[in-house]
Amino acid sequence: MRLFATPGEWSFRLHAPVPPAVISIEGLSKTYASGFQALKDINLSIRRGEIFALLGPNGAGKTTLISIVCGIVNPSVGSVAVDGHDIRGEYRAARSKIGLVPQELTTDAFESVWNTVSFSRGLFGKRPNSAHIERVLKDLSLYEKKNDKIMTLSGGMKRRVMIAKALSHEPEILFLDEPSAGVDVSLRKDMWQLVRELRDSGVTIILTTHYIEEAEEMADRVGVMSKGELILVEDKTALMRKLGKKQLTLELSAPLAVVPASVGGYDIALANEGRELVYTYDTQAERTGITTLLEELKRAGVSFKDLRTTQSSLEDIFVDLTSR
Amino acid sequence: MMNLQAVRAIYLFEMSRTRRTLLQSIVSPVISTSLYFVVFGAAIGSRITQIEGISYGAFIVPGLIMLTLLQQSVTNASFGIYFPRFVGTIYEILSAPISFLEIVTGYVGAAASKSIIVGLIILATAFFFVPLRIDHPVWMIAFLVLTAVTFCLFGFIIGIWADGFEKLQVIPLLVITPLTFLGGSFYSINLLPPFWQKVALINPVVYLISGFRWSFYGISDVDVGVSLAMTCVFLLICLAIVGWIFKTGYRLRN
Ligand SMILES: Nc1ncnc2c1ncn2[C@@H]1O[C@H](COP(=O)(O)OP(=O)(O)OP(=O)(O)O)[C@@H](O)[C@H]1O
Ligand SMILES: [Mg+2]
Repeated sequence: MRLFATPGEWSFRLHAPVPPAVISIEGLSKTYASGFQALKDINLSIRRGEIFALLGPNGAGKTTLISIVCGIVNPSVGSVAVDGHDIRGEYRAARSKIGLVPQELTTDAFESVWNTVSFSRGLFGKRPNSAHIERVLKDLSLYEKKNDKIMTLSGGMKRRVMIAKALSHEPEILFLDEPSAGVDVSLRKDMWQLVRELRDSGVTIILTTHYIEEAEEMADRVGVMSKGELILVEDKTALMRKLGKKQLTLELSAPLAVVPASVGGYDIALANEGRELVYTYDTQAERTGITTLLEELKRAGVSFKDLRTTQSSLEDIFVDLTSR
Repeated sequence: MMNLQAVRAIYLFEMSRTRRTLLQSIVSPVISTSLYFVVFGAAIGSRITQIEGISYGAFIVPGLIMLTLLQQSVTNASFGIYFPRFVGTIYEILSAPISFLEIVTGYVGAAASKSIIVGLIILATAFFFVPLRIDHPVWMIAFLVLTAVTFCLFGFIIGIWADGFEKLQVIPLLVITPLTFLGGSFYSINLLPPFWQKVALINPVVYLISGFRWSFYGISDVDVGVSLAMTCVFLLICLAIVGWIFKTGYRLRN
């Protein structure tokens, strides 16, 4: 474990310009007409071109936050700017940059795929462009279905229609509210691929998900919400490093009955019927103690065939955070 | 700068919904109008031959058109905005870079177009049953359009206010239809006893029908200027309510 960043890293951090926020949310609160406070003083900057994953249990306020940024719900207190445009004062400029795939599958059942996607483009003030619509439908493997009525499509296809609608007007920012709900593994993989391609073309992506693996796989940064509050925002890798516990597992050459007394001071335990020795350490600690541990073990005459380390997943971190 | 593409998109989308239900949108008003002619024109017309020099069959045509126009306008416009709220597709309208005025223009424009088309079809049907004349065709069209727009706005408000299909149906059924029947569709309010004539003047539909009938035959229950003014007042009231909905986000953004 390194205690200090290398000089190169420091200079990078000092001199790199602060990435301009594409969305900045300040002091945002929402109290619904029912009197329920769904958001409490949210402050958040989304960086241009990143994939930001918003995690949190049901009812945490993720959809409410997205709905406010997109103009579907009025905020109670606070301000939101999209690419420098206030969402209330300059709503046209702000909204025209955003594409939204909502959590619920809501479609015009009787319309054809082509018409409903073209309609979305028109709503956002863009001239008809059948080449673009065609490209979007092809990217989403919907082109063969373009003349089908939406009600004849499967759930996964309907979700893709929703994505096609959101992409119809070439947004710079894409919100995906639980894109993987009710989607099978292969479609999920396709969707991740599409999201990466969009990011590579410069689109900023904000997604909410209940699948930690999705955030882990895709996100650059992670925000965790709980009970209307944003309790954590962190680079994904930093978050994993910061909160992750690491385990070193030694596969012993010969099984042990008890942990040698000389290493009793370490957080160490036998596993797998004495064939493995597992050492748990905090990656944030000043010293991991691995070197001295290994020396102690050698002195105690314990030898091993192999070793491996494992790190806790975002899921562990997430459960740990929201249950506090 | 208006987002005209969006107005166009909403208008065309709504009109394509109409086109899908073309048969019922057009056939049913034609049938019901024909029935009115048979029942009222033939049965009552054989007793009342003329009102103010106009044959009874011809006399009821403007009222009949108004009756359908009001019902169609309120129903089309309220359903047009209620439906996306009900199925949830409204999210897209709300997240689009469009003003409330543009939303209203798209939805109300489409609903009004449809009811005007139905009104004209009824007018054409009427020519088969009775001898008609239209003294002031420009005013006739003006009243038709003004009434359609006004009541589509009214329907739009109902579509935003309603939180269930019952409420959506209650207004056309319990308010519009009685007001039209009592508003002189089938008689001149001058035929009423003096007291009821006064009561009838509270009914806004009286002014619409009277003005509309004047554009056909030059006869009216109330002065045409008053008719026109009252229609405009009602239009302005609806616009003000719509503006208030826009400002507060009532039932849309809360
Ligand atoms: N229109 C509304 N009126 C009143 N309360 C609401 C409304 N919409 C949402 N809420 C409440 O606000 C809270 C946050 O809801 P929200 O949909 O933002 O949660 P979420 O984090 O998206 O949850 P999920 O993971 O289930 O999608 C919930 O307690 C919900 O009941
Ligand atoms: Mg949600």
